Amino acid sequence: MDLRTNPALLRGMTQSRSVSRRDALRLAGLSAAGLALAGCGVQGKKAAPPRKDAVAAYWASHKKNGVLRFANWPLYIDKDGKRYPSLEAFTADTGIKVSYQEAIQDNPTFFGKIQPLLAANNDIGFDVMVLTNGLHLTRALNLGYLVPVDHSRLPNFAANAAPKVKNPIWDPGNAHTVPWMVGVTGIAYNPKYVDEVTSVEDLWNPRYKGKVGMMLDTQEIANFGMFALGVDPDASTEADWRRAGERLKAQRDAGLVRKYYENDYVDALARGDIWITMAWSGDIFQQVAEGKDLRFVIPREGGTIWTDNLCIPKTAQNPVDALALMDYVYQPKIATMLVEAVNYITPVPATKDLVLADAAKATGEEKASLERMAGSPLIFPAESDMERLRSFKVLSAAEEKVFESVFQPISQG
Amino acid sequence: MKRLAPYLLILPGGLWLLIFLVVPMVFMASVSTQEGDTLNGFVQTFNLSIYGDVLAQYRTQFLRSVGYGLAGTAVSIALAYPVASWIAFKGGARKSTYLLLVLLPFFVSFVLRTVSWKFLLADDGLLLAPLKSAGLVSGDFHVLQTTVAVIGGLVYNYLPFMILPIYVALERVDPRVIEAAHDLYASGRAAFTRVVLPLSLPGVFAGVLMTFVPMTADYVNAGILGGPENTMIGNIIQTEYLVNGDYPTASALSFTLMAVMLIGIFAYAKALGTENVLEAAAR
Repeated sequence: MDLRTNPALLRGMTQSRSVSRRDALRLAGLSAAGLALAGCGVQGKKAAPPRKDAVAAYWASHKKNGVLRFANWPLYIDKDGKRYPSLEAFTADTGIKVSYQEAIQDNPTFFGKIQPLLAANNDIGFDVMVLTNGLHLTRALNLGYLVPVDHSRLPNFAANAAPKVKNPIWDPGNAHTVPWMVGVTGIAYNPKYVDEVTSVEDLWNPRYKGKVGMMLDTQEIANFGMFALGVDPDASTEADWRRAGERLKAQRDAGLVRKYYENDYVDALARGDIWITMAWSGDIFQQVAEGKDLRFVIPREGGTIWTDNLCIPKTAQNPVDALALMDYVYQPKIATMLVEAVNYITPVPATKDLVLADAAKATGEEKASLERMAGSPLIFPAESDMERLRSFKVLSAAEEKVFESVFQPISQG
Repeated sequence: MKRLAPYLLILPGGLWLLIFLVVPMVFMASVSTQEGDTLNGFVQTFNLSIYGDVLAQYRTQFLRSVGYGLAGTAVSIALAYPVASWIAFKGGARKSTYLLLVLLPFFVSFVLRTVSWKFLLADDGLLLAPLKSAGLVSGDFHVLQTTVAVIGGLVYNYLPFMILPIYVALERVDPRVIEAAHDLYASGRAAFTRVVLPLSLPGVFAGVLMTFVPMTADYVNAGILGGPENTMIGNIIQTEYLVNGDYPTASALSFTLMAVMLIGIFAYAKALGTENVLEAAAR
């Protein structure tokens, strides 16, 4: 699907861009908002889109500080013992010291932690963080919590990012975010218990009663409910959500679903508690690389593609250093270091040749593993696979309420 | 100055409670009756009907949480009482060692302890795989994601809170009182039911308070060990607050939970006779 013809994107582009001086001040972090508890109500905090000169003024008023605090997810960067080679290269090239923390376990909890701080204009302790496109990133954008980036300082992103990851529907023109990694939600299964899987229908197969894993995230299960109905999530309506909700509820009430999992589905699958489950591509690739006999497929009805995005919170102390990192990781050499360790889909397509080049230099087990990587559709997906992939629908606040009221009760019996 | 001393002594604790308990609770009470969303803000509308709504919507989870809390507390008493009395009466010189053993699990992170259960109880794990291969249980038998697993996890995590107060109560029972009971021709059972048990009830009461309340509000065990049919009210509050940003619903649920537990505890105290219990505890 062409992102540029997407109605949600067009809506974003045609929205009013006028902005008051107060918003410009807020962006610069000058307004002392405090806890906005006017009267008895909690004040609305919806932010207008920032004006161009406000963005320029913001970046002109900040200097490089030589330090950077980076919040990321666990196992989401290259690691050599206690060292992070890609970050060490960053420090060597730019003189910016990085304090790297695996502070994010899931989007809702992390957002819940930083939201009160950002609402009060306080430092959250990080200058750059990784958020998945979806409800919480959209909320952060709507609340004006993210600093618009200065694309004139992102030449590597402009030159090396895949056209597919540019200009996403949730952040038109990459105004606030650039992708860190891209992943696919599909189906993983254990071939010891499960015959070949091609369809989402297998998640509803009574033979696997009590051995099916589904995800806790409402947007994840919603998409799979809609794939089962043959509905494109991007074009879905409230009626579609309700039908998908019924379908998912039937699956649950039939006792098919063992549990609605967060990240822990991987262990459950590896241990044999579940045989077939919704799964994230990189997790399964890592398990297979460790010698587990597991399979991952993108069902013929469709799979979900999601993006984890680098973004700068509005109270960042070192935004210039953060922006430097956002550009640095788009060098093919650095992106290759990352993809070889993380095993998700890289936003830098030029890495494929570099992985192959590394494979040519390597020997034995390492060579085989790098070749497997370069040839894997989980890391460098084929066009035919990409066509079946859909994003999470971008929801307005009103839509989100209905959406959550349909899909949340499914996992929260 | 002498007359002021008691007030000065209570000042730090009082201030602490005022700032970190009373103020947030008043704020939460206010939020619970507001309407709106995080984007457009919340407006105070004194929407009291939300309490009826949340109770109706999450009735199942409320009842389930209270049920799990009660079951967990009952199992805890059954397990803790013999342990506590054994340490109190037969522990001898090693009493403090045994107490340390009871407390030892606390030196390991709460979440880690619960997660390690997942490995122990996995479908093909250490415990079930041998049982299955021996044919003692059927192939699709599982423990994880069942009510038993959640209540087991609750008991496991809160058991020391039951053992310690019962131990303290039993430890204070003068052995001569039991001797006297026997001198008055009480059988072993009568000496227990008419002398030891009544004297230990304040400890049981304190143990119930310290286990039933956190068990009912717990969300970690249901989240890690439970399945789709084991969601507790704590999980709902967490989701409403963190995922949905629906502060009014989360606040109303918290207050309703608090009310449910206070009513339960007061009813229990009434049944047991608060005055006796408190007097005994104060001795």
